[in-house]
Amino acid sequence: MSWLVLLHAVVGVAILLAASHLGRWAFGVGAVPMVASLGYVAANAGDVADGGATDDRLSWVAGLDLTLDLRFDGFGLLMLLIISGIGVAIMAYGASYFSPSARTGRIAGLLVLFSGSMVGLVLSDSLLAVYVFWELTSITSWLLIGTNDTDPRARAGALHALMVTGAGGLAMLAGFVVLGQAAGTYSLSGIVADPPTGGSVGVALGLVLVGIVTKSAQYPTHAWLPGAMVAPTPVSAYLHSATMVKAGIYLAARLAPAFGPVGAWRPAVIAIGLVTMLAGGLRALRQHDLKLLLAMGTISQLGFMLVLVGAGEPEATAAGCVLLLSHALFKAALFLVVGIVDHEVGTRDRRELCGFGPGWGPVKAITVISAASMAGLPPLVGFVAKESAYEAFVHEGAWGPVVLAGLVAGSALTIAYSVRFATTVVARPADGAAEVLAPGRWFVAPAAVLAALTVAGGLFVAVLVEPVVDAAAVVLDPAVGEVHLSLWHGLSAALALSLLTYAVGALLVAGRSAVARAQLVLRPRFGGEDAFVAVVRGLNIVAAQTTRVVQNGSLPIYMAVILLTAVVIPGGALVTYGEWPGWPRFADTPLQVLLAGTIVATATAASVVKRRFGAVILLGAVGYSMSLVFVVQGAPDLALTQFGVETLSIVVFMLVLRNLPARFEQRRPAIATWLRVLVATAVAVGIFAFAMVISGTRLPRTVAPELIERSLPEAEGRNVVNVVLVDFRGLDTLGEISVLVAAGVGVVALARAGRRPNVEVEEVGE
Amino acid sequence: MSRSPIMDTTAQLVFHSALVLSLYLLFAGHNQPGGGFVGGLVAAAAVAVHYVAGGIDDVRSLSRLRPWTILGGGLVLASLAAISPLVGGGSVMESGALEADLPVLGHVKVTSTLLFDTGVYAVVVGLMLMVFEAVGEEAEPERRP
Repeated sequence: MSWLVLLHAVVGVAILLAASHLGRWAFGVGAVPMVASLGYVAANAGDVADGGATDDRLSWVAGLDLTLDLRFDGFGLLMLLIISGIGVAIMAYGASYFSPSARTGRIAGLLVLFSGSMVGLVLSDSLLAVYVFWELTSITSWLLIGTNDTDPRARAGALHALMVTGAGGLAMLAGFVVLGQAAGTYSLSGIVADPPTGGSVGVALGLVLVGIVTKSAQYPTHAWLPGAMVAPTPVSAYLHSATMVKAGIYLAARLAPAFGPVGAWRPAVIAIGLVTMLAGGLRALRQHDLKLLLAMGTISQLGFMLVLVGAGEPEATAAGCVLLLSHALFKAALFLVVGIVDHEVGTRDRRELCGFGPGWGPVKAITVISAASMAGLPPLVGFVAKESAYEAFVHEGAWGPVVLAGLVAGSALTIAYSVRFATTVVARPADGAAEVLAPGRWFVAPAAVLAALTVAGGLFVAVLVEPVVDAAAVVLDPAVGEVHLSLWHGLSAALALSLLTYAVGALLVAGRSAVARAQLVLRPRFGGEDAFVAVVRGLNIVAAQTTRVVQNGSLPIYMAVILLTAVVIPGGALVTYGEWPGWPRFADTPLQVLLAGTIVATATAASVVKRRFGAVILLGAVGYSMSLVFVVQGAPDLALTQFGVETLSIVVFMLVLRNLPARFEQRRPAIATWLRVLVATAVAVGIFAFAMVISGTRLPRTVAPELIERSLPEAEGRNVVNVVLVDFRGLDTLGEISVLVAAGVGVVALARAGRRPNVEVEEVGE
Repeated sequence: MSRSPIMDTTAQLVFHSALVLSLYLLFAGHNQPGGGFVGGLVAAAAVAVHYVAGGIDDVRSLSRLRPWTILGGGLVLASLAAISPLVGGGSVMESGALEADLPVLGHVKVTSTLLFDTGVYAVVVGLMLMVFEAVGEEAEPERRP
């Protein structure tokens, strides 16, 4: 099945490359991998019907044991149906929605790449692969939200979404690593089958939950989702209602059955989900922009889903699967309707829309059906989802009633905003209002198909929905058993709760002006968007302050910090662990005494000389004497290198000195001089002590003899120093020369930046 | 600052012998004292002699390759040498040797790490050229009218 992910990637990149030539065909080509994915599902559905799974292991670097583990099971089937099914509808719709241009081709290509990332996400069995695909969906989402890149709101919305979901993804990665270490495997199915225990697992789950909450737009990180509505409507319909925001729900569903009872997972997930469901519903009732209304409704429904799949209870998990499916159908259809309205009328503000005349019949029918499914009315699939959700929590003893109260309140709000949405679209045109041209047949068709599925899924729930949900739920939680879905369960507690929901919903609709007034008063003054802005601003301030303290521009202070760090940290270790080895023999040869004397004399002279030029020459003398010491000690490689480095240092010093005054400044206060002497002495003493202790410490076994022994037979070299550099520790050398390259580029960039006053330096930031 | 004929002649002499020395260090490095790093330093010192004789223009006229090309090329070469064994199913930085009897040179043994060391050599030379490019030009206005 790895070919499925690859096909998406290849087709997506091909569309991006040929964007300007394809025109509308971009969407046709883009639908190919999605249809292929549906075909794969149809062909392999039999294998995964009873909790079975197909594994596919793609090995890409055998030497490093890197593999891509994919696993297709019942829940993957459900997700693939949503991702690819809605994807085909979006592609068909996009061909009518967008006028052909290079930018249109780019959107089509990115949608395919996004779809491929989602497919990879739901098929990955390795936590790390899940993370990679997770971030790929964040990145493609960022590019798609920012499609209209000349609009600052689009850029801000895209960045907000990327920062929140990306940061959540990083937390999740940390959680995955802890989880993987605790379990001894990164296989998702392996971890769920045999869940690790221990204190670290709680921390890991908390971190993973951060990823889930941010990705699925749960409170309090939900604010990016309304901001993402600046994207073209097909993008919003696909990414931000049907698929990407469900990635968090997907992961919660995978983990919850195994980890539901662990620590605070269940109460945390249920609390977050219920708050999100209620707050999202309330905010949806405040919106005038139909698209924002749907976005808030999506947040609310995502909260609902998180409660269901995150609880880790078998029945709730199954109900969550039904809701996943039904939500994708009705919400995508409603988004497509908003796109049609926006496209034909030019606005989606319900105060400016004044009804639609003849020809809009199909659109109105789609709206009524989908909104009714959203509100949970029979005989639609949304009703089945809500009934089974109630049913799941009726049997829970202690916390069931609390959850049920929240779900009923949230569902009543859902009814209220569904009515608010539907009445706007269904309204007849006012007398004398300008006639709005009806949308074309092919423009409406994709939404019509989705609405038809909503009806069929309700009427023939036992045939169409039950097998899919059954396969999905069993794989999530073997305790689920047989799933039975039907429109009529008899007179049950769930039905009573449904009736109660309708009654409260009807009250909310009837008293909508009172509700609106109450909302105006009770509206929170500080929303999620403000919180995000405050966090970003706070980060900027902290960064600016830190830079001001750490990088204050004083060269002597930088030097003092670096040198004292170099003394204090090893010095601390010396005092704690080191043993004074005693004074060594004074000298081996008279030559050493001579060289040491030269070094001391020239170094002392360099520190007191008045002219910079003289100081450089004296420093060079110190360096050359050092290389002679290496010669005497029998280290020719070291001596050669030291000699070369010293020569070139002097050359570079000379180059720089041409721009500096000939003499050192002498006007500093005496205290500063003494401070310098103090620091210099501390460094001298510290390094001396360090060198003495290190050379006196003889480990029982060092690596040197082993390296010398292995040098010729393994690396074909007799110069062990070079063999170590280019072979045994070659990767270190590679790292070092990378640093050299970076330093070289930096030196040139700095020198040139300071040299060209006639070139305008663009101000970065504020 | 005017050109000195003595310096010019010396530079020519020293430059070429130093370059030969640097190449010797590079090739001999695996068995004798030397290696890519030292070789690169000697070559850079040779370039420095040219700089002293004729300034940045003389250095630029030495080769059509720009400093950043040499610098980046060296890193690319070293990286390729490091990962090339992966193609044959080996591991990163795996080395092999090639022996041959060549005319004039006699019996020659070349290890694959020589390629890596050549990359190091180019990076060191490139870095020094970058430094000349960065700060070597500043005295120019004095010479130009």
